[in-house]
Amino acid sequence: MKKDNTVKILLAIFLVFFSVNSYAQDHGVEHAENIDTEPHEGPGAINTKEEVTEYIDHHLQDSHYFNFFSDGSIGAHYGFSLPVILWDNGFKVFSAAEFHHGETLANVDGEYYKLYHNKIYKTNAEGDINYDEEGHATNVKPLDFSITKNVLAMLVVSLLMFIMFRGLASSYKNKDIPTGFGRVLEPLVIYVRDDIAKPNIGPKYRKYMGFLLTVFFFILILNLFGLTPLGINVTGNIAVTFCLALITFIIVQFSGNKHYWKHIFWMPGVPVPMKIVLMPIEVLGMITKPFALMIRLFANMTAGHVVVMSLLGLIVVFQNWIAGPAFFGFTLFISIIELLVAFLQAYIFTLLSALYIGMAVEDHDHHPEDHSDDIPVI
Amino acid sequence: MEAMNVDLIGAGLVIIGAGIGLGKIGGSAMDAIARQPEAAGKIQTAMIIVAALLEGVAFAALFAV
Repeated sequence: MKKDNTVKILLAIFLVFFSVNSYAQDHGVEHAENIDTEPHEGPGAINTKEEVTEYIDHHLQDSHYFNFFSDGSIGAHYGFSLPVILWDNGFKVFSAAEFHHGETLANVDGEYYKLYHNKIYKTNAEGDINYDEEGHATNVKPLDFSITKNVLAMLVVSLLMFIMFRGLASSYKNKDIPTGFGRVLEPLVIYVRDDIAKPNIGPKYRKYMGFLLTVFFFILILNLFGLTPLGINVTGNIAVTFCLALITFIIVQFSGNKHYWKHIFWMPGVPVPMKIVLMPIEVLGMITKPFALMIRLFANMTAGHVVVMSLLGLIVVFQNWIAGPAFFGFTLFISIIELLVAFLQAYIFTLLSALYIGMAVEDHDHHPEDHSDDIPVI
Repeated sequence: MEAMNVDLIGAGLVIIGAGIGLGKIGGSAMDAIARQPEAAGKIQTAMIIVAALLEGVAFAALFAV
């Protein structure tokens, strides 16, 4: 029962993790540029192509503004600014509107902050950014706890999930079948229980249901939000997927029984030199499993967004009557595939989490030798 | 610049490998479902797991460039 509490505590810090992680997000986005589908040359391609690339990059990044749409010709942005919360010798809270999209400095209590490439730097009154040899800014970066676009999306989704599942749970008080929207959720909950948790974790599945259901619906709803024109890309943010994978990692390590640890540090059934060789490999495998979870979700969602945005961008690049409808059709096709991917990635993440937990809690009493039916890892 | 091209070739090779692997998984799953249609659900689950793992390798190569 102690482990039961561990899982609950981990779930409680779920949101705490998410509200602080996004300041470290842009590393993955830099990598994401590498798989950017380059639009082909077309009439007047030079300017529009750069604009399209810039637009896609902006879409993939987290931001201090919730931008619905922009008008590049007059430089207008339609959206709202989000609060900035900085830790710099005490919390500093102000609106991101003070940055004016990076054009002006924010002056808060005599300190100057500049928004530069989506990151907040502390500057002098002139707003100078200093660079080292590699062109990285050397200015002090205050700890950024801001409610950015991604954090806002996660808070909204959390609230939405709370309302939806409270509704589902309370509808069981009076009747055996749920009412209203609960009828959509109940099959999914049962699916996660019967097809993901039970076969992979075994008889101890109950105490992991909270985590599995939370992570399934959290990823699913965020993936589906990413398909809307709101332009949020939360699950395509490596910091978010890192935290999700970290929680899986911690739960697996805390649920591991003695067989699990024995198989890692002193593999039974092999000669002693082999045990020593296998130990570092197994320890590495412990880490690569959640690492693969992280990369898989992040890469799938980022790649999906890049493909959809690039296909839409091709309409802008070509600007003729044939390419427009054709790429609209392609985009529709890819969007429908993305709808499948949104479900598939939520399913895969939950399934593999359940699988890893199942491997950690599995009883090895009945089969000393049959590892042949273990599902391959990595 | 030259080093980057070599990286790209490596990533391409990994992705070709992953593509072959995915093809084999898909083909074997089709064969298995044709042989035993009543086990289609289980086969699909196993197929998706392996495909997802393979996909992880392909994405790792893609992002390592």
